[in-house]
Amino acid sequence: MISELLSATVLIGILASGIRLATPYLYAAIGETFGQKSGVLNLGVEGQMLLGSFAAFYVAFNTGSLWLGLLAAILVGAAMGLAMAYVTVNLRAQQGISGIGFYLFGLGMSELLFQILMGTVETAQGFPKVYIPGLSDIPGIGEIFFSQNVLVYGAFLLVPLSSFVLNKTTLGLKIRAVGENPDAADSLGVSVARIRYFTIILGGALSGIAGASLSIALLNVFQQNMTSGLGFIAVALVYFGGWKPLGVLWGALLFSMVNSLQLWIQVLGIPIPSDIAVMMPYVLTILVLIASVSRVRSPSALSKPFERES
Amino acid sequence: MAESVMKKRAGWRVKLEPRLDVPPAWYPPLVSLGAIVLALFLGGLLISAVGGNPLKSYAHIARASFGNIGVLSDTIVKATPIILTALACSIAFRMKLWNIGAEGQFIMGAWGASAVVLAPIVPAGASRWVFIPVMIIAGVALGAVWGFLPGYLKAKFNVNEIISTLMLNYIAIFWVNYWVFAVWTEGGFQMSPKFPDAAWLPRLADYGKQITAFRGLTTHGGLILGIIAAVVVWFVIYRSRWGYEIRLIGDNPHAAEYAGVNITRNTVYVMALSGALAGLGGMSEVAGVIHRLQTAPIAAGYGFTGIIVAWLAKLNPIVIIFVSVLFGALILAGREIQPSGIPKMIQGIILVCLIASDYLLRYRVRIVKGEEE
Repeated sequence: MISELLSATVLIGILASGIRLATPYLYAAIGETFGQKSGVLNLGVEGQMLLGSFAAFYVAFNTGSLWLGLLAAILVGAAMGLAMAYVTVNLRAQQGISGIGFYLFGLGMSELLFQILMGTVETAQGFPKVYIPGLSDIPGIGEIFFSQNVLVYGAFLLVPLSSFVLNKTTLGLKIRAVGENPDAADSLGVSVARIRYFTIILGGALSGIAGASLSIALLNVFQQNMTSGLGFIAVALVYFGGWKPLGVLWGALLFSMVNSLQLWIQVLGIPIPSDIAVMMPYVLTILVLIASVSRVRSPSALSKPFERES
Repeated sequence: MAESVMKKRAGWRVKLEPRLDVPPAWYPPLVSLGAIVLALFLGGLLISAVGGNPLKSYAHIARASFGNIGVLSDTIVKATPIILTALACSIAFRMKLWNIGAEGQFIMGAWGASAVVLAPIVPAGASRWVFIPVMIIAGVALGAVWGFLPGYLKAKFNVNEIISTLMLNYIAIFWVNYWVFAVWTEGGFQMSPKFPDAAWLPRLADYGKQITAFRGLTTHGGLILGIIAAVVVWFVIYRSRWGYEIRLIGDNPHAAEYAGVNITRNTVYVMALSGALAGLGGMSEVAGVIHRLQTAPIAAGYGFTGIIVAWLAKLNPIVIIFVSVLFGALILAGREIQPSGIPKMIQGIILVCLIASDYLLRYRVRIVKGEEE
């Protein structure tokens, strides 16, 4: 039974779907990284993803355009981000708790919209696989890395891109300054409010894409509460990755590979209690937090509302 | 030139200043009420925007949860677990420990209580007087362990409790899934066999023979556990030295430290107590309502609703009882109301509006003349 898992075809299958399943984690967690780098803890990711997921599916299903669906998800996510930004930046609300409010809102609202506008579960044609010429022909590697859909490629490109923006650009410097020492940033003329609005809305838009990647690229269906905790894991991945996009990537791959393995175990009918296996990444996240607390410091102003001293 | 004209025209403007005095007693409840009205209004706008009828939906919620004694009893059944999870959240929030893990602690409490019956720890033929106390102890203990863990990690390693409690929520769900599927399954289904009658919390309906008015009423002994817990928590928070320390740490950790209060130790104790209360809620739910271990009805979001209720009740244990009944009504109505997303969406909007409305407690909004500055 176990030997079935070790055959080349199955191994390649596990790795390929592991790469694919990392997509929603990456979009959501990198969006969250921007927010946290600027000092805002957004716990509403799950709700933003659910609404984005529904918007993408509904629009794509009715217009036949996947790109319009993706755009709808981005707009819905950004709108949720805007509301979150107003509540956290202008009204200086306690971020952990208000995030739970946004989560419940997205959970209920996506269910409500689904029932009123669709009613039954439909399937759709998602983003097709794009075979990278040349590279996709490499045995094994080609199937794992270079035969994925466009949202998967986008997610992996986002890692170096966000790393570059955060570390090498003026914007990134401002974001980090606002997250580390908003008073100093403010006194140097950086608008703390504007930067935080930007990062929270960007995070919302990326969460929207994360949701869309589920409904129109990976599973090609919308169901109530289909994210089932993915958005919360994305928040944890930011801690896991030590507020670095590359660290987030390793965490995302860990979760997605375990999920993929567990799916294949079920498909092959191997009698291993999959619940215990699925539990492991969560346990590991806590262990990584314990190990990294002494090495990696969170942004100093994380989850603290900014108030100019007058 | 243009600028000076602008200045003159904008004669009045809104000015915000930090509130230095303590607002009068009637002010915070009024602000909360205003936040709820605003939330219901926003929710109504959204419902009508997607083609529903908000007034009808709200009227339906009210009828389906308070319409007669039968549904009122069901409302109280839904309120019971919320009372306990909200108490759990309130005591942690009082110390500004953001325990998002009442959900997982509740689930582990349910598992612990179920293990007493299913392992079995108490032999099948035992009486209710043996079953119920042992189940309470097991539920409280497992919940306390699930609260102790993030508390200890926070105190010892400074691990963010929001993230650790979130992770523990999922671990709890998979843990219960594993047991109901692999160990205690009934015929391959993801649920355990039904508990023997002696492991059920007594219900009003059980006394239907003696008191006819109680016939068919589902309200169970968990309500009494919830009320006792609320009174105990009230005494601890407002009348004990320990409660004073907890409040002091929450209001001003630096002052608490100067006063010699041990923050590390209190972090662990308060998280364990918080978990214990949620765990008691889980015990009450399996022994009073579900009568078996099954993941979906236990992991139904009571831990998250507890967060809202605790906040709405301004962390006051006695107020929590009444607010829980309102939210029990909302959840109960959600089972029949179509479309079913409305109650959760409304809960979310209420929580966001409530958190945002705290702004009005911390700042004074004044309308002043523009020239003053």
